Amino acid sequence: MSGATGDALVRARKLTKRFGSFTAVDAVDFDVRPGESFGFLGPNGAGKTSTMRMIACASPVTDGELSVIDMNPQTQAREIKARLGVVPQTDNLDTELTVRENLEMYARYFDIPGSVARSRADELLEFVQLDERAKDQVETLSGGMKRRLTIARALINEPDLIIFDEPTTGLDPQARHLLWDRLYRLKQRGATLIITTHYMDEAEQLCDRLVVMDKARIAAEGSPRELIDRYSTKEVLELRFGDAERAGLDGRLEGLAQRVEVLPDRTLLYTDDGEKTLDEVHQRNIAVQSALVRRASLEDVFLSLTGRSLVE
Amino acid sequence: MSRTAQPPHRSLFFGFLQPFMFLTAMGLGIGGLLARTNPNAFGPAGYIGFLGPGLLGAMAMQTATFESSYPIMNKIMWGRNYEAILSTPLSTRNILLGELGWIGFRLMTVGTIFLAVLALFRVAQTPLALLSIPVIGLTGLGFSSWLIAFAARQRNDVGFSWVFRFVINPLFLFSGTFFPLAQMPQAVQVIAWFTPLFHGVELMRGLVLGHLDLATAPWHLAYLLVFFAVGLVLADRSLAKRLAN
Repeated sequence: MSGATGDALVRARKLTKRFGSFTAVDAVDFDVRPGESFGFLGPNGAGKTSTMRMIACASPVTDGELSVIDMNPQTQAREIKARLGVVPQTDNLDTELTVRENLEMYARYFDIPGSVARSRADELLEFVQLDERAKDQVETLSGGMKRRLTIARALINEPDLIIFDEPTTGLDPQARHLLWDRLYRLKQRGATLIITTHYMDEAEQLCDRLVVMDKARIAAEGSPRELIDRYSTKEVLELRFGDAERAGLDGRLEGLAQRVEVLPDRTLLYTDDGEKTLDEVHQRNIAVQSALVRRASLEDVFLSLTGRSLVE
Repeated sequence: MSRTAQPPHRSLFFGFLQPFMFLTAMGLGIGGLLARTNPNAFGPAGYIGFLGPGLLGAMAMQTATFESSYPIMNKIMWGRNYEAILSTPLSTRNILLGELGWIGFRLMTVGTIFLAVLALFRVAQTPLALLSIPVIGLTGLGFSSWLIAFAARQRNDVGFSWVFRFVINPLFLFSGTFFPLAQMPQAVQVIAWFTPLFHGVELMRGLVLGHLDLATAPWHLAYLLVFFAVGLVLADRSLAKRLAN
């Protein structure tokens, strides 16, 4: 390992993970700086979780360099893990214990004294708005509440770095927004967050900087804004056609936009002025079922980088 | 699939009830019948004296087997508790030692109650019998370690029913638990010598009845120690391979 890791809290160079002949993570480079919230955006199977697991010392590095809080996961897993908080993709709470017991029991694993654990549990239950459910069995909680309890549990050791693996997958919109709000508060307090997600809105909301992963590699890196500026136009015109209209289209959209992306259900025209482009569509007498002008998003970045949509 | 924690008094009560019923039914019931036809077949302690320590050994195996199969698989796969624990400073080895510590504690608690029942039936009458408690722990932990290694290598729970049917049940019946192996053909006796429960039962019987054979006892003990040691290495490797991949 190289000596100077600069100010990066996590630093990866040519980081690689292979399972037999399958390469899950293929020589990726990235730096996570203290206090930032860093995202891994990509479809399922892109290598996000494998990368996460290596950072969390749950999976050995196959090749390349990785340092976490200036330590080596291969030899200092115990020390690193003492300073991490991990929110896994699937909840793994202890269903035989109450909400509060889950936190206090977990504190034992970090060797946190009982009195400290109790007062932290109080604070954390309030932070994730579960103080009224403290004495309830975990099994009686809703999906969103379980997720919040998992987050509270990950904070019990006051971690320097918190890892969220798909924090809101499977939650309803209301539960998602509540969770985002809590994550945002953590960020405000100066915590360093690593978030994996296949939801572009989540990445845009929460991440200061992110990498787009696809097929085990990093396709692009930057802030959400930078990525959109670099890989997309300002606006997108979304057109939907009926089957007959689509058949008669035959190249008539050419020259209307900087880039045209044909998806199964809609056609995207990348342009800096969506309304103007829509006018031109009408001038050409192209029959459209519906049209929508919107700002470009990370979804468009992903589409432009890979030619595929993020969530199929 | 999760194990529901029993209140301690209830599990202690069952720990008492089970051996009490077995010893009454088989020890006194069947034993009484046997005594009518051949009063000296089982020596001065009678059939119940033979059966009691045999059941004690079988109990150690069964308790350990139960505790080390579905509950372990649950914590690996279904409840994913180990994944949560591994996000803390603890390692797979810590998990293994913790599980074995708990199972060992449980074995010795249940074993102590069992011994009390044996004393009640006047089977265990010598202080030497107390030495069978660590043997219960050692025998049980031997099975535990092998089963944890097995559980860590399974993708579903189908394998357990095969182990129960083709390993645990035959051992339960043919380890000198219910009848002396001398009744069986030579081949069965030789096979039994290579199986773990037989050695546990022999040691426990000698200690409980107070007539330990000092010529064979070290070999029984050595077998159990090696059985546990190998299981420990296998369990350690299997858990690490499964959970830290």
